[in-house]
Amino acid sequence: MTAFVLQRLIQSVFVLLAVSVVVFFAVYGIGDPIELLVPPQVSDAERQALIQRLGLDLPVWQQYFTFMANALKGDLGRSFVHGVPAIELILARLPATVELVLLAMALAILVGVPLGLYAGLDPDSRPSRLIMAGTVLGFSLPNFWKGMMLILLFSVVLGLLPTAGRGETVSVLGVQTSLLTANGLKHLILPALNLSIPNMALLTRLVAAGTSEAMGQDYVRYARAKGVRPRRIVGRHVLRNILIPVVTVVGIEFGSLVAFSTITETVFAWPGMGKLLIDSIYQLDRPVVVAYVMLATLLFVSVNFLVDVLYAALDPRVKLAGDSA
Amino acid sequence: MSIAPEAMTPLREKVLRRIRSRPTLRGAAILLGILVALALLAPVIAPQNPHDLASLSVMDNRLPPGATAMNGMTYWLGTDAQGRDMLSAIFYGLRTSLMVGLSATLGALVIGVAAGLMAAQFGGAIDAAIMRVVDFMLGFPSILVALVLLASIGRGVDKVILAIVMVQWAQYARLMRASALVERRKEYIEAAVNFGLPTRHIMLAHLLPNAIGSVLVVASISIAGAITLEATLSFLGVGVPVTQPSLGLLIANGFEFLLSGEYWIAVFPGIALVLLIMSLNLVGDRLRRSLNVRS
Repeated sequence: MTAFVLQRLIQSVFVLLAVSVVVFFAVYGIGDPIELLVPPQVSDAERQALIQRLGLDLPVWQQYFTFMANALKGDLGRSFVHGVPAIELILARLPATVELVLLAMALAILVGVPLGLYAGLDPDSRPSRLIMAGTVLGFSLPNFWKGMMLILLFSVVLGLLPTAGRGETVSVLGVQTSLLTANGLKHLILPALNLSIPNMALLTRLVAAGTSEAMGQDYVRYARAKGVRPRRIVGRHVLRNILIPVVTVVGIEFGSLVAFSTITETVFAWPGMGKLLIDSIYQLDRPVVVAYVMLATLLFVSVNFLVDVLYAALDPRVKLAGDSA
Repeated sequence: MSIAPEAMTPLREKVLRRIRSRPTLRGAAILLGILVALALLAPVIAPQNPHDLASLSVMDNRLPPGATAMNGMTYWLGTDAQGRDMLSAIFYGLRTSLMVGLSATLGALVIGVAAGLMAAQFGGAIDAAIMRVVDFMLGFPSILVALVLLASIGRGVDKVILAIVMVQWAQYARLMRASALVERRKEYIEAAVNFGLPTRHIMLAHLLPNAIGSVLVVASISIAGAITLEATLSFLGVGVPVTQPSLGLLIANGFEFLLSGEYWIAVFPGIALVLLIMSLNLVGDRLRRSLNVRS
């Protein structure tokens, strides 16, 4: 187990290094880094000073080490547009995205698991077929389109919910949240629902497939023969066995929810990290884009690492690569 | 060695029979045919050339569906903020969306199949290197990789295609490698090796045609994914340029008018996009099931 964890840890560090090289060359290697990193409106003297300060007159490998050394200290450059460190800008937007992602994940589990159980226990019934057909729509339709349809239905036609922004927030331990005000929750519900739909569909299918497979297993037949109540068979035996893949998917999808929040945040004008990324791309605010990529990579690599380790710990049948090699 | 047409007949008949026996599938196949035809024939059948600014009349802007133009023409699906006929814009938009989706899938397929084939054939360090890159690429959500890539190279039809190729080739490489590894264990390959045939010949003439089937089927489903990705990127404003709008960009342009009740500018291109994606998905998925390929 220790060997496995260590091996995965080393792999993760290599992925981070690889991304840092790719990002470095994307920003510094292609085209003129001075054009990318120095705001166009500065004077010649300022330009020279900036080139010196950023080390753009040094050889490429030396620039890479400066970039890495600064990155490790948490310095990923200063936003051209806002004039503050890029990392601060992103961290200020982090709570808005996190609450959106957490609520979306909770919705996906609360709706997806029961629907999947229902569809898996009675796969040939009409409602089950309807559920499974619905999941195909949930997967394949573009997320921005679903968001727009939610706005059209709930805001324009029914006039029930607001279309944009975060609403009222309250400060809890220094973090602003919309989760605790009625107005904030009204703003949060549509974006969270939109973000959760693909995962809702994924969990429904996963649980349905797991349930219908588990129902044919010997342990279920045995429990049934023993006279265990159906409710207990499902709740105690079936649900437990399908939980491992569910936990894995929830873990892996956490990262992709953060990525997909860029779309939902754009549609609903939700002031999170994703909206910041899109705005920064429009405004050619490169340091913010670079900082976002580095932070997102760190997040994905950490999540993948944790999921791998958790999976190995939860399921002893997983063959540990570190043991066999 | 080429596959004789007769050898394909039973398979083709099987697929066709399936298509005829399933009403949903037949509907999807017919719909897909109509959409592709509209895209191909757009310059001939569209009432207006939406890219030709001279033919547009700003006086006709944001007219509801069914309105009559200054010159007597009827705007069946209304007009956008520039006075562009939405029906014509949708025909041309379908053209751009399909073109980008198909080119990107083809590009990703060529690169992925080549990489997967090389990994399976040569093994060892080459295999390890290719698969590490594949794992690396698949470790990140495609939308984010494409978004950041386009942020650094700028927007344009060719650039969107490049971005989609970059995020999609890895899945084909992984599939092709797995499929080619299975094929390589079979006796005919062993025989070819023992005959002393050159490696190049074995790879291209034996391994490639016999291992590529399942990859092609998966690619047919992925066209819908490529079109969705393009639409999303264009909606976010980093995709195709405004001079050649795809369905995604048309939807984005109409989004701001949605709230004021001028629904047609965003909704009609959206319906076209949804029909295109659903019909591609249905046809691709049934193709996969008839040929019994796991994705």
